[in-house]
Amino acid sequence: MAQGWGTSPRSDTLTKQIYEGKRKKSSLEYIKKNYILYLFLLPAVVLVFIFNYIPMYGVTIAFKDFSPLKGIMGSEWVGFQHFIKFLESPNFHQIFMNTIKLSTFELLIGFPVPVILALMLNQVRRSKIKKNIQLVLYAPHFISVVVIAGMAFIFLSPAGPLNALLALVIDRPISFMSEPEYFRTIFIASGIWQSAGFASIIYVAALSNVDPQLHDAATIDGASLLQRIRHIDLQTLKPTMAVLFILAVGGIMTIGFEKAYLLQTSMNLPASEIIDTYVYKRGLQAADWSFGAAIGLFNSIISLVLLVTVNAVVKKANGETLY
Amino acid sequence: MNNNLINNSKTDKVLLFFNKIFLVVVVLIVTLPLLYVLLGSFLQPDVLLTKGLSFDPKHWTVDGYVRIFNDGSIMRGFLNSILYSTGFTLVSVGFTILAGYSLSIDNLVGKKIIMLYFLFTMFFNGGMVPTYLLVKDLGLLNSPWAIILPGAITVWNIILARTFFKGLPNELKEAARIDGASDAKIFISIILPLAKPIVFVLALYSFIGQWNAYFDAMIYLEDKSLYPLQLVLRDILIQNEVEPGMIGDQLARAELQRISEMIKYSAIVIASLPLMIMYPFFQKYFEKGVMVGSLK
Repeated sequence: MAQGWGTSPRSDTLTKQIYEGKRKKSSLEYIKKNYILYLFLLPAVVLVFIFNYIPMYGVTIAFKDFSPLKGIMGSEWVGFQHFIKFLESPNFHQIFMNTIKLSTFELLIGFPVPVILALMLNQVRRSKIKKNIQLVLYAPHFISVVVIAGMAFIFLSPAGPLNALLALVIDRPISFMSEPEYFRTIFIASGIWQSAGFASIIYVAALSNVDPQLHDAATIDGASLLQRIRHIDLQTLKPTMAVLFILAVGGIMTIGFEKAYLLQTSMNLPASEIIDTYVYKRGLQAADWSFGAAIGLFNSIISLVLLVTVNAVVKKANGETLY
Repeated sequence: MNNNLINNSKTDKVLLFFNKIFLVVVVLIVTLPLLYVLLGSFLQPDVLLTKGLSFDPKHWTVDGYVRIFNDGSIMRGFLNSILYSTGFTLVSVGFTILAGYSLSIDNLVGKKIIMLYFLFTMFFNGGMVPTYLLVKDLGLLNSPWAIILPGAITVWNIILARTFFKGLPNELKEAARIDGASDAKIFISIILPLAKPIVFVLALYSFIGQWNAYFDAMIYLEDKSLYPLQLVLRDILIQNEVEPGMIGDQLARAELQRISEMIKYSAIVIASLPLMIMYPFFQKYFEKGVMVGSLK
């Protein structure tokens, strides 16, 4: 590992034996000589320590009865009391299932869309047209989540354009934002509308690296378009898809929390209350600090387990891994 | 890519035809809602509600925009957002580039441990409540620093920067080293000028991310005069709270609703237009950013 200040592989091997004996000393000398490199790292290390590691210690309040007056140290330990309270609370089942359903459906429905878009864009032969389509499809990515939610309220209101269209078929306008049954559809559809185009960039780029001769050869051998997409294009995309899928599953418990909160109305709560929005309401708004921290911790642990599990599964199936 | 049309069968041609149609539909799905809001912002609200879009000049108005410009809150939000986004970008990109460069040096002593230190935050975090309590204890509540500092360093960006620096030809550094230059000197005189693309990519992502964010501001800021644009928008679009200054005199409830509906459209346009106009010029960099990231 520590190779002193050996600057090229060759000098490393030449002087390896000397360094072996003096590793400790040479490390110190290296640090002394290159202290500026460590100075470069310092701000990032300090910021991460303050804003990432201190809250990890702060999460111990999940096992305490935290009161701001007593501080984290002074508050009493209560063990798993808050976790039990959450698990036994009457709305636990609903909130937990809402979280799982919302993110699982979003992943299953949303994940393939950019791939399909990229495969379709790849068939556009004229690169100028392709570039322009891509440019248009990126646009919603740059719109803020507040505006997306605001647009959802405008389009889906009982007096909005969607209901105006539906008026041709049904008698009474539907109040989409107040009916729990529409919440997930709205959430997922607006998500696809906003990000599928931008998410396809990475796949389009991967496809443009495919050697055209591969396609030519396959065509000459009589492969149809669909066969070529399946055996050449999709194979090319597989590793990228695997990595992105792992990342998506790791984020499953924290997915789209900011948008979910914006799309919530008092009427659609039975479908729209997810763990993170609940943490916010109980932990911060109601100042039930320890209870909120406990639910949050419960959530991060599930995320962590999911990430590690999926990484292992995909690794076994595909040979791709995240870390 | 023009040359593999040698032997397309009939079904392939049909498929390609439908592919074109489908892409046209996709483009329409993306653009129509945006156009609707844009046109709607110039229409009298009652016309929009009763008749839908109208191209009759008699129904056009810029009243929504006038009201927004006359009232201070959106404009102030705009300025606040510029301030927060710029501050966030400077802190985030500056520190990320420095750290990324150090970590790109192969024989940096302790590199593995430092990398692990950063990577661990990818897998576990304290969560919303402990982070909030920390910000509160630091006395940063209701301060712009609460927006700028907590999210400034992300592992992902450090990895992006490190990957970029690793990709630079080693010969450059070697040559300078032989001349006796220290790593710091090499960084300033040789590496930094070459790092423009990564600085640009990171800056774009940071700036836009912060520009469009509302959540940290919602939990950390109380004072309305500190609100960034997105939070002002949230009041107008989601909470249906229109500043009294935008309505003017005491008006009937129906009139109030009519106007607040119109302001929604104009507010969306004003908030989204800057990025909508600018992003095509930066398309190249966004694509670059995604690609650097995919290399790990």
